[in-house]
Amino acid sequence: MSTTKKDKEPVFSLKNMRLLTSPFNLNNPITVLVLGICSALAVTVQMKPAIIMALSVTIVTAFSSLIISVLRNTIPPSIRIIVQLIVVASLVIIVDQVLKAYVYDVSKKLSIFVGLIITNCIIMGRLEAFAMQNKPIPSFIDGIGNGIGYGMILVVVAFFRELLGSGKLLGMSVIPHSFYEMGYRDNGMMILPPMALITIGVIIWVQRSRNKSLIEK
Amino acid sequence: MENFFNILIKAIFTGNMIFSFFLGMCSYLAVSKTIKTSMGLGVAVTFMLVITAPLNWLLNTYLLKAGALSWLGENYKDVDLSYLSFMIFIATIAAMTQLVEMMVEKFAPALYNALGIFLPLIAVNCAILGVSLFMQEREYTFSELLAFALGSGIGWWLAIVSMAAIREKIRYSNIPKPLQGLGIAFIITGLMGIAFMSFMGIKI
Repeated sequence: MSTTKKDKEPVFSLKNMRLLTSPFNLNNPITVLVLGICSALAVTVQMKPAIIMALSVTIVTAFSSLIISVLRNTIPPSIRIIVQLIVVASLVIIVDQVLKAYVYDVSKKLSIFVGLIITNCIIMGRLEAFAMQNKPIPSFIDGIGNGIGYGMILVVVAFFRELLGSGKLLGMSVIPHSFYEMGYRDNGMMILPPMALITIGVIIWVQRSRNKSLIEK
Repeated sequence: MENFFNILIKAIFTGNMIFSFFLGMCSYLAVSKTIKTSMGLGVAVTFMLVITAPLNWLLNTYLLKAGALSWLGENYKDVDLSYLSFMIFIATIAAMTQLVEMMVEKFAPALYNALGIFLPLIAVNCAILGVSLFMQEREYTFSELLAFALGSGIGWWLAIVSMAAIREKIRYSNIPKPLQGLGIAFIITGLMGIAFMSFMGIKI
């Protein structure tokens, strides 16, 4: 790395902003790159755990990208996976302890899925594909962007599942009582795990109908 | 023994790693394009589960759990290292994958040719870490854990092979353009999950 001022660029340059926003839609980690579905769909029954999960993943992705990017020239290539896993695992331990201390009930609900952030493919994917080749600040921004892109899908899925499945949003009833008197029923099916997959399938369908360039050949 | 069988069946069907916990979805979606490769990955995952889960059980029981270090003497009986468990588990899994890969390469070249490319993928397969974390949360005994690990592996294997079979069949179906590929894969997985839920009422 050179220390000349020439190749420095401002934090909010156009390129960095694009790094931040492209994961929201065209490079969305879940619906386009198929990464990180593993650990998190089970937490989308309600909005609150989904939001906390999204935040935790964003924090872990951003800081692990930053750390790995700082270390990228000193890690021997043959053991890089283990080094990456250890860095991610330490960050996840911190997040887990913080969650246990401040939001114990949510932490109980997330159960093993906080630990599973370690093997979330988004994090490893971004470390391998981006942070190993780029400077710390772009890597950090890329991590935040991908975390948010992932969190968005999580929150959208949770929104529909909580609204249709239990008639609530963030734990408060939103469907008026008169609806139930007229015979409306909550769809208990939405609470079951398979519906999360189908909801994502539909989100992908909508997204690809709007962006023809994403259609698979 | 009855308990053993019960946990095994439960892990294969009602508590299937993919359909009810979404664990290992990444490789499940990426590799399920042909039956042959998905067979290979399924075997590799089952194999690694049966190796790493008991190892992590030993580490958890004799090193990490609250009071686990009491075999060292009176002074250590209050030590609780469970906050380290994520790191120890993932390190065990990553190291074992590397070790098994080298051993298989040396002693069973035919098996290595079949599984080779899948072994590195396994270190980041959530199902493997998931089983270790479930083991810690549900406090299984050693034999229960063996049944759980075996059942989870077989369940995952079953899921990926049946998914690959369906995907081979639908290749020539007339699916709406935007839904092709990933979209339909998600929806099929969801429908398969609903089918697997019908095992739920069964008690053995």
